[in-house]
Amino acid sequence: MTRRNVWVAGLAMPVIIAMLLLAGSTSVTANDQPSAAHAGVKIDNFSFGPQTLTVPVGATVVWTNSDDIPHTAVSTEGLFKSKVMDTDEKFSYTFSKAGTYPYYCTIHPKMTGKVVVQ
Amino acid sequence: MPDKKQDLIDQQLQDLNNDGVDRRGFLKCMAWAGTGLVWTMSGGIPVSRAFAKNSGKDASKDASKGADFSFVQISDSHIGFNKPANPDVTATLQTAINKINAMPHKSDFIIHTGDLSQLSKPSEFDTLDQALKGASAKQIYFVPGEHDMLSDNGEQYLERYGKGTKGSGWYSFDHKGVHFVGLVNVANLKAGGMGSLGHEQLEWFEADLKGRSASTPIVLFAHIPLWTIYPDWGWGTDDSEQALSYVKRFGSVTVLNGHIHQVMQKIEGKVSFHTAMSTAFPQPEPGKAPSAGPMKVPADQLQRVLGITDVNYLVSGRSLAVVDSPLGDSGSSASGNEAAVVDPT
Repeated sequence: MTRRNVWVAGLAMPVIIAMLLLAGSTSVTANDQPSAAHAGVKIDNFSFGPQTLTVPVGATVVWTNSDDIPHTAVSTEGLFKSKVMDTDEKFSYTFSKAGTYPYYCTIHPKMTGKVVVQ
Repeated sequence: MPDKKQDLIDQQLQDLNNDGVDRRGFLKCMAWAGTGLVWTMSGGIPVSRAFAKNSGKDASKDASKGADFSFVQISDSHIGFNKPANPDVTATLQTAINKINAMPHKSDFIIHTGDLSQLSKPSEFDTLDQALKGASAKQIYFVPGEHDMLSDNGEQYLERYGKGTKGSGWYSFDHKGVHFVGLVNVANLKAGGMGSLGHEQLEWFEADLKGRSASTPIVLFAHIPLWTIYPDWGWGTDDSEQALSYVKRFGSVTVLNGHIHQVMQKIEGKVSFHTAMSTAFPQPEPGKAPSAGPMKVPADQLQRVLGITDVNYLVSGRSLAVVDSPLGDSGSSASGNEAAVVDPT
């Protein structure tokens, strides 16, 4: 979206640039809702990224394993438990209550992360 | 020689007796050759004598000369893994088995130190079983790796490989005067921790050793190293110190581990620690990569970083000689990185 805006802006007149910038900022706000409700954690190099993820109540978090080695994402307090995710496999969980939810990979327990739900 | 590893090795060597062996030079030589190391133990004292990178094909023959028995350790087969680091792990396991079968001496048994499979799938275990059927040694002892207990608390592993074992698969047995203990440190791992044996297993282990003569040679084997190699990558076992306190009174203790897909050793008093190469893919040296993930090496180099470990036991000296051999050591490279041994004194 941003990239396309920039490309169009490069061909357009300053007035149009100003208009696009305005349009751009509204569209970012509009896009903010779905992206907050579907946050992602990337598993890469034996770590969860971001290690601490903050999301609004009701958000669905999707973990994706980008390593060549299987991983899990399992709540330390037993709230959620992924199946074993092989390369490129995903796991998602929807957080319905505010709180801080630590989790780890049960295969490689040095890998830890947390989801903060506000 | 990477500084960090050298520091680690230096640290590990500081409490060794001066027995005329330049261990530091010996280990440097080991690292330079890329694989293979040798040590023996006599009456609980490590007496490494030699390491020759150009020792030729008679190395393992020499090691076994006069040995009362020999066994082979293989590790980390990861059957089912098919990523670029090794698209055909079944083939390299087969090469390892061929190498065992071609040894000039007969191995009494094989110890597999875990990560038999990549994803604990029945088909992966089937493939492993099929390949191991071709091994000349018919008795195979297993301990599980974390990959073998992925989704079912290890039920399938226990059903196939852990009949008659305790808890998550630990057990002991005696062979020609040596007491072997297979330990499991990959079950019920805690967030933020490393490998773990757990209270129940530790209790069993202490009781298992009770009443045994201090002159009984002890061999411990488990998947994750029972010594702390690199905590950041979880390369260690949180409660290994307690386990090792139980073997302090014994004159000769050998600890065989896998998990880190490379050879490392440490000698601490009467306890010798040793990790084996994988038969599937290499992993980076501690701290030398962003993570411990599979390391891709050029295809023609792969068999130089995979291998097997041959252990020879001599009753007379109560000594064990450990020889690591890469899979591809038959004229594939000019450096001829085969390990050599050592007659214990």
